Amino acid sequence: MSKVLMKGNEAIAEAAIQAGCRYFFGYPITPQNEIPAYMAKRLPEVGGCFIQAESEVSAINMVYGAAGAGARVMTSSSSPGISLKQEGLSYIAGAELPCVVVNMVRGGPGLGGIQPAQSDYFQATKGGGHGDYHLVVLAPSTIQEAVDLVMEGFDIADQYRNPVMILGDGMLGQMMEPVEFRPLSSKRELPPKTWATTGYTGDRPRNIINSLFIDPQALEEHVKRIYRKYEEIKKKEVKVECYNCEDAEIIVAAYGTTARIVKSVIQKAKREGMNVGLIRPISLWPFPTSTFEEWAQREHVKAFMSVEMSMGQMVEDVRLSVNGRKPVYFYGRTGGMVPEPNAILSEIKKVIGGVSR
Amino acid sequence: MQQENRRIILFTGHFGSGKTELAINYSIKLTRQGQAVTVVDLDIVNPFFRSSEVRDVLEKEGIRLLSPNFVGTTVDVPSLPPEIYSVFQSKNSKVIFDVGGDDIGATALGRYYPYFMQEPYRMFFVINARRPLSSTPEQIIEMLKAIESHSRLKVTDLINNTNLMYETNLNHLLEGQEIVEQVSEKLNIPIAYISGVAEVIEQLPEQYNKKGFPIDIYLHPPWDREDEV
Repeated sequence: MSKVLMKGNEAIAEAAIQAGCRYFFGYPITPQNEIPAYMAKRLPEVGGCFIQAESEVSAINMVYGAAGAGARVMTSSSSPGISLKQEGLSYIAGAELPCVVVNMVRGGPGLGGIQPAQSDYFQATKGGGHGDYHLVVLAPSTIQEAVDLVMEGFDIADQYRNPVMILGDGMLGQMMEPVEFRPLSSKRELPPKTWATTGYTGDRPRNIINSLFIDPQALEEHVKRIYRKYEEIKKKEVKVECYNCEDAEIIVAAYGTTARIVKSVIQKAKREGMNVGLIRPISLWPFPTSTFEEWAQREHVKAFMSVEMSMGQMVEDVRLSVNGRKPVYFYGRTGGMVPEPNAILSEIKKVIGGVSR
Repeated sequence: MQQENRRIILFTGHFGSGKTELAINYSIKLTRQGQAVTVVDLDIVNPFFRSSEVRDVLEKEGIRLLSPNFVGTTVDVPSLPPEIYSVFQSKNSKVIFDVGGDDIGATALGRYYPYFMQEPYRMFFVINARRPLSSTPEQIIEMLKAIESHSRLKVTDLINNTNLMYETNLNHLLEGQEIVEQVSEKLNIPIAYISGVAEVIEQLPEQYNKKGFPIDIYLHPPWDREDEV
């Protein structure tokens, strides 16, 4: 298929359709409304079903039902709406059902604002809902990458029977770039959905979708089994980009939109004679811990700095990964403010000035 | 650029077709011809990447910009200020309406309907044939009709603005031209301009010379802003 020019939100919706998603349940909220609008138009054309639910709580439970029946299903929202979906997400993770959830993050807390933010990192990567569970969290930084990750996200969800979150931000949702819909480079062996509640006909044991365990020992065993699955995900599903890290004096950690700003900062720093690298986590969970460990052991790396559109959330994972080997600094803007390249550069200069003295 | 006789000029189209960049460029060109120009940002759909973001650029050119209330803030309310009525009262300035995308965006025009009936207007319909949902003549016509029906106005001119942003080449524009020509024939609406960045427009074959409309790009994501990097 030839290239088309798409808004991030539309591209994510089309990628889901190309990945075989035929069900979408959602409730409108800026800045992700183009996703449900596109789905409402396109899904009937491909024999799918779009429902605008009466609330986010309802939408996520429709996802729970469709995923339980073995369908490829997606929902999307932005920060306050994703908060409302947390109970359902916990149930879906507990019942081990595959689905894709998109969060086009906006400023918070509360109703917050409609401008881009990254302040839902904790919610996305550390649980969000109740209980011991994880979402796989993927954070694209271009629209092409968003397309590719949504398509792969459905496979990851099916392979591990676990919800996958695409964590974008308002900027990624609203901006436009040329994209191409192409088959995934790696084909996964996906297990048949023998567990799906597709109607009992007597030729197999009854399938039951459930997240309630009466016996605490059974629940502990269930959770431990899910955690063995998480260990496997941590081994196999880490995605990360290292940019200009060889010889870098300072390595910046940034994801999504912020990583793109940092890349242009790195070019400017280079012109001014400074060597700055970037580690861009693409999977936020599982976090690319070992990549940070490795670079932290290099002598030329004097310090790390996390740059985020938040008051400092991913920086905690950077610190855990660097584990005291090098100092870890933070620079962020929040509330919908996007860090400016020159401001990031001057923070980098401060750090370089501090650590090379 | 052709002589612009009409005072009221509207830019409509599928969202993402390039309406805003064209509206900005058109207003700057008119101003540089010595015209007084007012731009009305009537976009009630897009939260960002809109003409109000280039207020400084427009004001430096001497262009008056009217924006929705709360634009650029976190208040997600499509509320239009009463000042917009002023452009119909004092007739000494050309008025460019940068309308929001699709039929949804065109709905905002409805409330000014009685005023549009009082003097001739030009209503451009901007087409980017590299956009999904507006890449075939049928899809484009469906969108155009929906916009006409929601605004209660008639499209007077088409603009072929087929592009893949920074990846655009002449072939994209000419492929788009074929599609836009089919639309033009079926609806009997003329193609006023073929637009794109100057490097591409310069390569247009001679037959299209008069229609070439080179534009500068004013809306950038934060990592591409020249004053920053």
